[in-house]
Amino acid sequence: MTTRIVELRRGILKKNDELAAGLRDGYAAAGVVVLNLVSSPGTGKTALLEVTLRELRGRGAKVAALVGDLETDNDARRLAASGAPVRQINTHGICHLDAEMVGKHLKDWDGVTLAGLDFLFIENVGNLVCPSSYDLGEGIRVALLSVTEGEDKPLKYPTIFNSADAAVITKMDLAEPCGFDRELALRNINEIRPGIRIFETSVKRGTGMVEWLDYLEEERKRRLMV
Amino acid sequence: MHELSIISSVVETVTESLAAYPGARVVEVRLRVGVLSAVVEDSLQFCFELASEGTPLAGSKLVVKMVPVVMHCVPCGQDVELEGVQSFRCPRCGEPCSDLRQGRELEIEAIEIEELDEVKG
Repeated sequence: MTTRIVELRRGILKKNDELAAGLRDGYAAAGVVVLNLVSSPGTGKTALLEVTLRELRGRGAKVAALVGDLETDNDARRLAASGAPVRQINTHGICHLDAEMVGKHLKDWDGVTLAGLDFLFIENVGNLVCPSSYDLGEGIRVALLSVTEGEDKPLKYPTIFNSADAAVITKMDLAEPCGFDRELALRNINEIRPGIRIFETSVKRGTGMVEWLDYLEEERKRRLMV
Repeated sequence: MHELSIISSVVETVTESLAAYPGARVVEVRLRVGVLSAVVEDSLQFCFELASEGTPLAGSKLVVKMVPVVMHCVPCGQDVELEGVQSFRCPRCGEPCSDLRQGRELEIEAIEIEELDEVKG
C-alpha cells in the first residue's frame, strides 16, 4: 500500500462560477444591467421592485424581472401588474437561485431577449445566507434590510452584506414606531462594507425612490461607457 | 443550509478525479473554506458522512481548513489579516478596507489516497 497526496485545488462551486461567467459575458454583450436582490423573507424586495419596474418604465427604460421563490407564482403576478415581463422561478425547496436556474429561465423566455432590455432584476429567494455563495453573473448585488429587522442585521450576516454593491433600507415609514436607530444601522452597514451606497426607502411614501432610480440609471450609463 | 449541495459537489469532483487512480481508496479530503464563505464546518462534516456513503469516499476523513479574511489596506500599502468578520477595518491603522483578497474560498485543496502497490512488468 502506498499513500499519496493528490493536489486538486478545485473550486467547489466551479460549475456555478463558470456558468455565471458565461451569463456575465452575455449580459455585457447585450448591454443590460443585471441586479441580484437579496434579503430575508419579508423585507420588501417585491414591494421595492413593483415600484422600481413601474417607475423605470415610466422613464422609458426596458425592464424585466426574474423572481425566485420556493413555491407559488404570487410575486410574479404582483410584479406583472407593472406591465414589465416577469417570470417566476420556483426552486421547490432549494434555498437560493443559482446560475443554471437563471440561464435556463432566460433561454426560453417568451418574447424576452437580453438585447431588448436595459435592466434585468433578479429577486433571489428570501435568505441572507445561501444566496451569497452563488454568483448569478449580476453586475450589482443589492442587499436589503427593513427597519423592522434590527440595526445589527449586517453584523449578523456579514457575508452577504460584505459582498453587496448597494444596500437598501426598506419600510422607512415604520422607522419611528419601531424605534429604528438610523445612525446605528448606517454605521453597521459601513462597518461590514465600507463606502457602500445606501438608500433609505419607503415605497408607501415614495421616500428615497428618486435617489434609487437615479442611481440605477447612472450605473447603466457608467457601465455602457466602459 | 446549502452545505449538502456543496458537499455533494465535493464528492462528485473527488470521485471524478479518482478515474486517474484506479482501485485507489480515499483516506482524507482537505478543503479550504473562507470564513466569509457562508458555510459551517459542523454542517459540512455531518453532510459529508451522509453524502460519501456508498461512494469511493466512504469512511474517509474530511479536514476543513478555515481561511481568515485578508484585506488590502491602501494607507498601509499592504495586505492585512482581519481577526473577525464584524469590522472591515485595518487592524494596524483603523482605516476601513473594501479590497478583499482572501476569505471567500470554497475549494478542494487535495485528497490523500491509498493505492495498491502494482507489480511492474
